[in-house]
Amino acid sequence: MKVHIDSGRCQGHGRCYDLAPDLFGDDDEGYGQVLGDGLVPPGQERAARLAVANCPERAVDLLEET
Amino acid sequence: MTVDDRFGPAYREPHEDEFPITRNEIITGPVADWATDFSHLEPEWSADPYPIQDDLRQRCPIAHTERFGGGWLPVRYADVAAIAYDTERFSSRAIIMSNVRPPREIAPVGGSPPISSDPPFHHHARKLLLPAFTKAAVGRQEPSTRAFCHTLLDAVDGQDVVDAARDYAQHIPVRVIADMLGFPPEDGPQFREFVEDLLEGINLPTDERIQRVNRLFDYLVRQVDAHLERPRDDLTSYLLSAELGGRKLDPDHVVGTMALLLIAGIDTTWSAIGASLWHLARTPADRERLMAEPGLLPTAMEELLRAYAPVTMARLVTGDMHWRGVDMKADDWVLLSFPAANRDPAQFDRAGEVVIDREVNRHAAFGLGIHRCVGSHLARMELRVALEVWLRRIPVFSLADPDAVTWAAGQIRGPRTLPLRIG
Repeated sequence: MKVHIDSGRCQGHGRCYDLAPDLFGDDDEGYGQVLGDGLVPPGQERAARLAVANCPERAVDLLEET
Repeated sequence: MTVDDRFGPAYREPHEDEFPITRNEIITGPVADWATDFSHLEPEWSADPYPIQDDLRQRCPIAHTERFGGGWLPVRYADVAAIAYDTERFSSRAIIMSNVRPPREIAPVGGSPPISSDPPFHHHARKLLLPAFTKAAVGRQEPSTRAFCHTLLDAVDGQDVVDAARDYAQHIPVRVIADMLGFPPEDGPQFREFVEDLLEGINLPTDERIQRVNRLFDYLVRQVDAHLERPRDDLTSYLLSAELGGRKLDPDHVVGTMALLLIAGIDTTWSAIGASLWHLARTPADRERLMAEPGLLPTAMEELLRAYAPVTMARLVTGDMHWRGVDMKADDWVLLSFPAANRDPAQFDRAGEVVIDREVNRHAAFGLGIHRCVGSHLARMELRVALEVWLRRIPVFSLADPDAVTWAAGQIRGPRTLPLRIG
């Protein structure tokens, strides 16, 4: 699984980096950023799903890799 | 004294506005039918707007009023979101629904950028502010905010009844924003008057309203003078030295943004803190659960922000159009109720209930789209610290007199009198 932020939709609410600080950070204007390559390590799946489900702008996606 | 030509004598002299404002008849009094005559300034609305919004969502769902020169009130999440995202057809040149419309010529800047701005100017004005309001930047205010919350509770220590709105909630954002702007902390009581003048005095005679707004601007110009004389590491000095496109900001932009930061940061957060304490005072099960599980507070806070979202914005329609079943006219108001959107059952399960451990909560308390509240990280920090300190110091409390609780009228809703019995 991989997380992704649509920067065209992100408005810097910060729910992703509040809820999943190991997967997301912010830039110097508060917009969300995926940390590293976005791969969700074991144990972080729940945090990743919470980040997706709580983004008010629906800017965060979880891509299930096959 | 440092000379800054932007704020010379010409700026201070009273000058006729280049473009006239549009005034309309002031209509007050009981609402006949909320679907055709709504007013968010009547006591029924401020006491409890949610049953009104729920009823409108069933039978309307976009209400109309002839008051304020004509306006609309959508109550479905989908409609509120669509308007927030559509900055072409819904302008932010006025964001407080009143009996006065500013001239179209003030767009896209508006009177208090960036909240009053439309694209493309909006982006640049907002970009100036964002670095000062990131989670890390506002985190630097946390230790002093926490210490201040303790000081407020020290002052009421031993009392059987504490007014959580007057003695606690209201002072916290006042102090924080005064520190950030570099205004004297002892001026706090004046800020409350400015807030009331701007946000609650909507139906006062227009000339009196303008006079009151001018008091705020006189105060802000005095703060500009003090900062020109002695620049400091604060937001006022930052705005005075900031540039857009290689030029210093227009003086109206500087003062308008100072007004925005002062006003928008105060009764919004004051309302959120007060409404949260009000809920916990009347819901012992939720209060006890938070005491038992302090780690639940961030989740609970989001639910309290959803259920008691303090902020409603407004927009002006840019041109005549048929929109989702209604005929909107140019310059009609739209009351953009994030509180109503947050209680739409089409968007939220158990929308009318406070579910203190709600995990999926895509609420719109801080708005949607390009005007997302610039201070949302600051507000969340203040709300969390205020609740943490209160719950630690005063774990047991209840409403001393439910009928004595009063709520602010207008677009920002929260308790203004909140007597709580301690213990």
